[in-house]
Amino acid sequence: MKLDNETKDRLIAAMAETIASHSGELTDLDRAIGDGDHGSNMKRGFDAVLADRANLSAKPLPDMLKALGTHLVMTIGGASGPLYGTLFMALGKEIPAEPSLADASRAFAAAVNAVKARGKATTGEKTMLEVLQPVADVLQAGASNPAGLGERVKAAADAGLEATKPMKASKGRASFLGERSIGHLDPGARSSQLLTHAVIGVLAAQPALEGARSS
Amino acid sequence: MTANSRVGIVIVSHSAEVARGTVDMVRQMVGHEVPVAASGGNPAGGLGTDVASIIAAIKKVWSPKGVAILVDLGGAETNSEMAIEMLPEAWRGKVVICNAPIVEGAVMAATEAAGGGTLEQVRATAEELAPS
Repeated sequence: MKLDNETKDRLIAAMAETIASHSGELTDLDRAIGDGDHGSNMKRGFDAVLADRANLSAKPLPDMLKALGTHLVMTIGGASGPLYGTLFMALGKEIPAEPSLADASRAFAAAVNAVKARGKATTGEKTMLEVLQPVADVLQAGASNPAGLGERVKAAADAGLEATKPMKASKGRASFLGERSIGHLDPGARSSQLLTHAVIGVLAAQPALEGARSS
Repeated sequence: MTANSRVGIVIVSHSAEVARGTVDMVRQMVGHEVPVAASGGNPAGGLGTDVASIIAAIKKVWSPKGVAILVDLGGAETNSEMAIEMLPEAWRGKVVICNAPIVEGAVMAATEAAGGGTLEQVRATAEELAPS
C-alpha cells in the first residue's frame, strides 16, 4: 500500500484534530490520577506536528513517521513526549515506504515493544500499553484475515481503554496514588485510543487499503 | 586541575526554579570547580521537562570525564534517557542518570566530582543516597 501525500496529510490532520478536541478531557483524566498536563502537552506536540504538515506529508512514510516522532519528543515536555515519540520513531524505522498489511503489523508490534522498553513498562500497569498492545495483537492476527480489520482494531482499543478503569497503576505518576488510582481511566490509554480511531478513520476510507489487503 | 577535567553535572527538574535552586546549592559546596547546568520546565515554560533543553545542558557541561544527570520525577528520567540517545554517539556512553534524590544527590555528586572522581565514582556517591 502506498499512501499518497494527501492521505498522509489527512492522517496528520486527523490525529492533531482528535487530540485538540479532547485535550480538556485528557487533562481532566490526568488531573484525577496524574499531574494534570496530558491534554495540554499532547496538544502542544500535535500542534507542532500540524504546523509542519506540508513538509511532513511530502516525505516518504518512514521519514514522515520519524520526523513526526521527533516533533513530539521535542515539544510535548512530559513523559508522553519520549513515549509517543518512540512509538512513531520506531514505527518509521521498521516500516517500509510501501508497506503490506503484514509489514505494517510487524512494524507496529516492534514500535509497541520500543515503547515498553522506553517506559520500562508492560501491560497490566494502567498505561497507554493497555491500548497499544491489543491493537498490535489484533493487527498481527488480522494480517491473514483483513476483512473488517479496522472495526476490530477500534474495538480492541476501546476494550483496552475500558480495562484501565479497575486497574491499579504501577507505573508513572499515577502509581504514587496506589489504590486510589483504581476507578479512573488512564489518560495515556485514552490518547492512544483516540489516535487509533483517528488513524483507522482515515485508512478505512482508503481504496488503496483494499489492494494492500489482498497483497 | 581545570573544570574540564572534572565530571559535569546536569540537574533536570520539572520546575525551572527547583533546577536553578539545586544548582545554587551545588555552587555553595563546590563553587565553580565543577561544571553544573540546570534544565527545568517544559518547552512552553510550564512545569515539565524538555529534551532539547536537557541536550543543551549536557553540551554546556560536557567533559571528557563524562556527565552525571540528577532527575526528579518520572518524565525527567524518560526525557533524559531520550536526550542521551540523541547525543553524538561518542558521548552516549559517558552520560549517566543517577538513581538518587535530586538535591542531595546533586550535592554529593558534585562534591565527588570536585575531588576529581571518575564518572562511576560520582554516580556511586550520589546513589549511596538512594532508598534501598
